[in-house]
Amino acid sequence: MRRSIVAALAALTAALPPGAAAQQAPKDVVLLNVSYDPTRELYQDYNAAFARYWKAKTGQSVTIRQSHGGSGKQARSVIDGLQADVVTLALAYDVDALAERGRLIPRNWQTRLPDNSAPYTSTIVFLVRKGNPKRIRDWGDLVRPGVSVVTPNPKTSGGARWNYLAAWGYALRKFGGDEGKAQQFVAALFRNVPVLDSGARGATTTFIERGIGDVMINWENEALLAMQEMGKGQYEIVMPSVSILAEPPVTVVDRVANKRGTRPIAEAYLHYLYSEEGQTIAASHFYRPRMASVAAKFASRFPRIQLFDIREFGGWQVAQKKHFDDGGIFDRLYQPR
Amino acid sequence: MHVVNISRQSASRQLRQATTEPAAVRWLLVAVALAFVGVFLVLPLVAVAAQALKAGLGAFGAAILDPDTLAAVRLTLLTAAIAVPLNVVFGVAAAWAIARFEFTGRSLLITLIDLPFAVSPVIAGLIYVLLFGMQGWLGPWLADHDVAIIFAVPGIVLATIFVTFPFVARELIPLMRAQGPEEEQASVVLGASGWQTFRYVTLPNVKWGLLYGVIILNARAMGEFGAVSVVSGHIRGLTNTIPLHVEILYNEYQTTAAFAVASILTLLGLVTLVAKTIADRKRAQSLVPLAALAEDPAHSAPPHLDLAGHALQARSAGAALGTPAQEAWA
Amino acid sequence: MARSRAKNVLPGFGLTLGFTLLYLSLIVLIPLAALLLKSTSLTWGQFWGVVSNPRVLAAYRLSFGAALGAALVNALFGLLLAWVLVRYSFPGRRLIDALVDLPFALPTAVAGITLTALFAKTGWLGAPLHALGIDVAYTPLGVMIALTFIGLPFVVRTVQPVLEDLAAEREEAAAMLGASRWQTLRGIVLPELAPALVTGFALAFARATGEYGSIVFISGNMPMKTEIAPLVIITKLEQYDYAGATAVAVVMLAISFTLLLVINLLQGWSGRRHGEA
Repeated sequence: MRRSIVAALAALTAALPPGAAAQQAPKDVVLLNVSYDPTRELYQDYNAAFARYWKAKTGQSVTIRQSHGGSGKQARSVIDGLQADVVTLALAYDVDALAERGRLIPRNWQTRLPDNSAPYTSTIVFLVRKGNPKRIRDWGDLVRPGVSVVTPNPKTSGGARWNYLAAWGYALRKFGGDEGKAQQFVAALFRNVPVLDSGARGATTTFIERGIGDVMINWENEALLAMQEMGKGQYEIVMPSVSILAEPPVTVVDRVANKRGTRPIAEAYLHYLYSEEGQTIAASHFYRPRMASVAAKFASRFPRIQLFDIREFGGWQVAQKKHFDDGGIFDRLYQPR
Repeated sequence: MHVVNISRQSASRQLRQATTEPAAVRWLLVAVALAFVGVFLVLPLVAVAAQALKAGLGAFGAAILDPDTLAAVRLTLLTAAIAVPLNVVFGVAAAWAIARFEFTGRSLLITLIDLPFAVSPVIAGLIYVLLFGMQGWLGPWLADHDVAIIFAVPGIVLATIFVTFPFVARELIPLMRAQGPEEEQASVVLGASGWQTFRYVTLPNVKWGLLYGVIILNARAMGEFGAVSVVSGHIRGLTNTIPLHVEILYNEYQTTAAFAVASILTLLGLVTLVAKTIADRKRAQSLVPLAALAEDPAHSAPPHLDLAGHALQARSAGAALGTPAQEAWA
Repeated sequence: MARSRAKNVLPGFGLTLGFTLLYLSLIVLIPLAALLLKSTSLTWGQFWGVVSNPRVLAAYRLSFGAALGAALVNALFGLLLAWVLVRYSFPGRRLIDALVDLPFALPTAVAGITLTALFAKTGWLGAPLHALGIDVAYTPLGVMIALTFIGLPFVVRTVQPVLEDLAAEREEAAAMLGASRWQTLRGIVLPELAPALVTGFALAFARATGEYGSIVFISGNMPMKTEIAPLVIITKLEQYDYAGATAVAVVMLAISFTLLLVINLLQGWSGRRHGEA
């Protein structure tokens, strides 16, 4: 605490003491993992497991600090100087920004780890009220008049962009690749959305605590967690016929890890996510594991559905520009007629 | 002296009727005020308390005693301990310059002091990122010298100072203007130093304004979310203040814990209560040094100070006697 | 007339003004200059394109309109509350006095969630209001309610000290000279309170225009309808469009600055007139 006071006062008087940042003893290591909102419990468990594994393997003690927030905001913080050794974010678009805008990682970051650098996946599903009174079975039911849909705002929520693209992908399949019809479908869907919360958590509150909406579109892991935490027996999960494969990516932040000399351990930290123990922890926190043996163990939790991925939209950079940037298709859905 | 006191005593009974409202009006006003307070303060507070205690006292205690919560409380207290005194010193200095002197650009200066309120908290955080961030002007240089400002305590303190910047100044300026400079001028003319004048004349006079200023400044410093959120980096146990910790708990489906931690901040109301009670008690005491100054043979007291016994009454009584009262509403 | 001569008697002008300007520059002006500089990375045409977008304009209208409404409500009820707290005694007075600062201390997200819970159709206040045909949550009215909450302490806390300091003698004198209660209030009390009241109003208004944390929960964030200007800024930041975000912010700042300056100039002008009278 004294050190922080000194640091704070020093900054305020514009004096510059060398080494205001805490100097770690050589033996112990501290890593900072900058992540997005719903992964806290996952990484809390995983960090403990990795620390045990690393101690047994090398004898070195490691403490992993966690930072959570909206995915885009977290990426901006890292670009602006938050000293993250690794990032574990909601979408590759935000990690791309580290390469494009911050020059913190190479552009080919996604090829450095297996499975597009996404050790676990999720998908987009529906949460409906008990008994499914509006008989919602698939994406097509969401555009019916009188069905009220809750989804966060794709402009501010990374998760909501997956929701939107999942609906778009369904429509493309249904209308034989007709983009105009897909746009009409998505427009009809968003006409049924009464509230655009700024984040996934806010949307969950709107749906569960305010009682608004017949169906909520959300991450599978959030929906499963919400069922467990908030509404045992009052809600049901509906798997649509087809959905998007959400791949939350991870990467070492080269500039920071190299400077701090933490690169080997940061890489080991991410690699261990692909191990059996790492995969099991991810699955127990409702993320779909990649490893077949672990997936088999949790098969009842994660029904198999047809999944397409972001490449269908030409990757995140293209999808973001076309759909979500200012003046993009999403904005046009709300233009006054 | 006798004139004033006699007139006040003899007339006080009749005057009470003329200087307050009829009982019916009083009760109506109180009822309306209470209804407003009920909707905008009491109900939200009850709702917060209900959420915080939903899972019982045990869960409430566990949430408060969580190490991450305690770290957030420590950081919030540290931030307020730096930001509040700095802004109080600034506020008093600015109020002295602005309320006691005429100079060109005074309204502009007041407006510039107001400016931080007009800046969206999001932007208030962003400006420090633009200055001290890695993509900003000073960031790369700071990084080379291992100085952490944003995503560390100094950034949080800076953002807090910014959003609470105007409070004390804006509380004191209208109050000091309403009071006028006459008493301080008398004090200086009678030979008191600038510091003595401030200590024994200004400070007792603006005590209430200063107290309110410090209370709301402190409340806001501890409660600020938006600006701090941008510069904090949200490192658990390290750079999370109470409001940030509350948001994180909420985002993790720990609604009860979120509201429990938030309710810590509602305890600030108790601080206000205690501070005002102490200030009330000291009200009588604060008059003593002034009387001492007035009786001090070294500074022969001005007649009206002597007359009324203390400055506050002197001015008002002087106004009541000296100024033809009709003028005020003529 | 003796005013200006007597003013020079007081010491400390150079010191306090110098310190004020230094601190103001360090904490406010230099960082805000960085903001202005960032927005100049846009050409004039780009800048205009950003801030004249119909969606941005709708957001400005909502933010400034709701802030004005909230500040007016706060001016009226804040004055009433300050008056009642200072002048009357009733059970619970001290407790309510202590509660006034609550909106500042409560984290904005908690305030937003709580107000939404109260004013949603299922809430304690929302349900009866809905029965009357008034919806609050997810409408501009909800935005105004939340802004009223977060700005509530300003007027109360600026008026209170002036009112406490307003000695009864002048009112007594007025009454002795035959003024009615209403004449006394209008002629003596209100002019004394006016500067503090206007200050409180201006601050509540300024604060309300920029508020984000509590509003996103109650507004519903529907484009063109209930989207506030700070949300537009956030959406631009999400696209890493710092220049666009600062452009929207700079316009908000310019509008607020102009309004505050006009209020302060009027106040300085009326104060001077009052003083010379």
